Amino acid sequence: MSKRTISIIVAVGVVLALGFVLILRSTSSETESAAPGSSTTAPDTTSAVAPTTTEQTTTTTAQTNDGFPVTIDTPSGPVTIDKKPVRIVSISPTSTEVLFATGAANQVVAVDDQSNYPSEAPTTDLSAFTPNVEAIAALDPDLVFLSFDPGDVIAGLEAIGIPAILHPPASTIDDAYSQWEQTGFATGNLAAAVALVSSTTDSLRATVAGLPDGTDALSYYYELDPTFFSATSSSFIGSLFARTGVANIADDADPDGFGFPQLTAEYIIGSDPTLIYLADTKCCGQDLDTVAARPGWNVMSAVELGNVIELDDDIASRWGPRITELLEIVVASILDLETADA
Amino acid sequence: MNAGRPAASRLHWWWIGGATVFLLISIVVGVMVGVFALSPGDIIRSVLSRLSWVELSTGLSEREEAILWQIRMPRVILGVLVGSMLSSAGAAYQGVFRNPLADPYLLGAGAGAGLGATLAIAYGPVAGSWIIDPLPLAAFVGAIGGVALAYVLGYSVRSGRTSVTLILAGVAIAAFLTALQTFVQQRESDTLREVYGWILGSLNTAGWSEVRLVLPYVVVSLSVVVASRRLLDVLSVGDVEASALGIQPVRIRMTVIAFATLGTAAVVAVSGLIGFVGIIVPHAIRLVTSVSYRVIVPLSVLFGGAFLVLADIIARTVLSPAEIPIGVVTALVGAPFFALVLRTSKGVVS
Repeated sequence: MSKRTISIIVAVGVVLALGFVLILRSTSSETESAAPGSSTTAPDTTSAVAPTTTEQTTTTTAQTNDGFPVTIDTPSGPVTIDKKPVRIVSISPTSTEVLFATGAANQVVAVDDQSNYPSEAPTTDLSAFTPNVEAIAALDPDLVFLSFDPGDVIAGLEAIGIPAILHPPASTIDDAYSQWEQTGFATGNLAAAVALVSSTTDSLRATVAGLPDGTDALSYYYELDPTFFSATSSSFIGSLFARTGVANIADDADPDGFGFPQLTAEYIIGSDPTLIYLADTKCCGQDLDTVAARPGWNVMSAVELGNVIELDDDIASRWGPRITELLEIVVASILDLETADA
Repeated sequence: MNAGRPAASRLHWWWIGGATVFLLISIVVGVMVGVFALSPGDIIRSVLSRLSWVELSTGLSEREEAILWQIRMPRVILGVLVGSMLSSAGAAYQGVFRNPLADPYLLGAGAGAGLGATLAIAYGPVAGSWIIDPLPLAAFVGAIGGVALAYVLGYSVRSGRTSVTLILAGVAIAAFLTALQTFVQQRESDTLREVYGWILGSLNTAGWSEVRLVLPYVVVSLSVVVASRRLLDVLSVGDVEASALGIQPVRIRMTVIAFATLGTAAVVAVSGLIGFVGIIVPHAIRLVTSVSYRVIVPLSVLFGGAFLVLADIIARTVLSPAEIPIGVVTALVGAPFFALVLRTSKGVVS
């Protein structure tokens, strides 16, 4: 090996090592600067996120100076977004719905394979369940939304300088609202997000206002899958249903408020709920006929009278703006209840 | 007691009698106990009026009748069939492999069924769109396929067709099929809960159709395994010695494995992968009674059924009205018990 070759190898090695040190330094300084700055950046807009009282003033400030950079607190830590994102990737069907409902449609470049609503969403084969950092990074996004983070996808994205927001399944409707507002804040559409929250609030309130008194004498069974997993009133979906006043038969099976117990067939039949809601129509092909064909189920009054409501699994499993549609369906089913005496 | 022979290798009638009574008691308790208190008198009257064509007013409402006859009864009966099958298949496997750790899933029946079920859940048609439910079929085929693969692999080893090569082949096949199953499950993570629930096993959705489905397989399989109990004793002296005694170890092993697998595949198809039953029941019997398969196999049929019915009572009542996967119950009870067996069984096995 000649002296020349050796010196070239050494030179390349030194350059690589230097580059490596530089990268290490830059990432560590980024995380250092991001953490303390989280509460102080963009004070005019952060104050707008919490209450909805000062809507008018906040909308103007959010739109005029477009508020960036902004820093938001997410379950995975503070995230700073330097300028209004224009290449958003959503790996969460709920985030996709929220983005499109808050006017971010033309900022979204790609959504995951489960994001089937609205139809104009740019669906790709990105997996929502096993997100891949490289596949996401290849789309050159400037903001990524996820609903869960298996295997440190967010850390991986942050390491290559892509801000990512984790919006896990909401456990209450207020949780959902704050995620929507955060989405609006992060994408420069705060006004639309605040408007969406207030219109949703109004819609939910108006929908249940149409119910007569005495719904607490009724009960329902909410089916997540054909092995009788259910959702109680401590779950997000259960808290939405709870607004109707109808009692959830699964609540007794959930003393710890975990939200998703598996019931026994005997308990469901013996409880004889007034209404049965199926949220396993798409996943598992369940409907009134398959429920009636289950052993012993045909004697239940909900099955006999046809008070079995087939829900859209997607709407029922997301915490996006279509909860208003869902509650309308639920309220309509209570109003149109088939009774034995009728 | 004769020196050199295991004590009490005869099957005493009182063991059979005691085990039968125990099984009947657990069935009665299983039928009596539930979320909804049905009075024992009403249950007895309802059973009598069905059994003897005597019209008795049962005092049960239509809904309570449905709970008793469409939910509890088939669940208890299926528990008996599944427990009997897994326990006696476990005993048979331990016999043919002369290995105390053998269980019905050893040769890949569990992993194969798991892969089949996962494929059916992930890619199969939604339930109800086919005349037959694809999930049990896929699990059944998977279980049989897994064992067949292990068998072919194990017996393609030229150096020796011993039970050890077969076990090693089974371990390899099971690892491979489990890896495939995990891969499919991770690819289609939206099916995760369904797959996971199936793997833990459950009798929650059991009805008479499941009972009818597995009954023929279980009856045939149990008959063959029970009929082979003496041959299992002969095998326990080792292949060379057994051959010298005039039997063909390879053929017997194949027959017993084939029928034990058939029954296991059938029960796994409807109840999922309920673990530990096939290990702890035969070992408990071995500890208490005898090391002879003439005793262990028939008693495994009776006690296995009773054990699973009792485990299922725990599964559906402890967190009532919520349900615990029965596989969790059998493992929670089974794992400490198994540790106990290992501590105390020195010299009893092997």
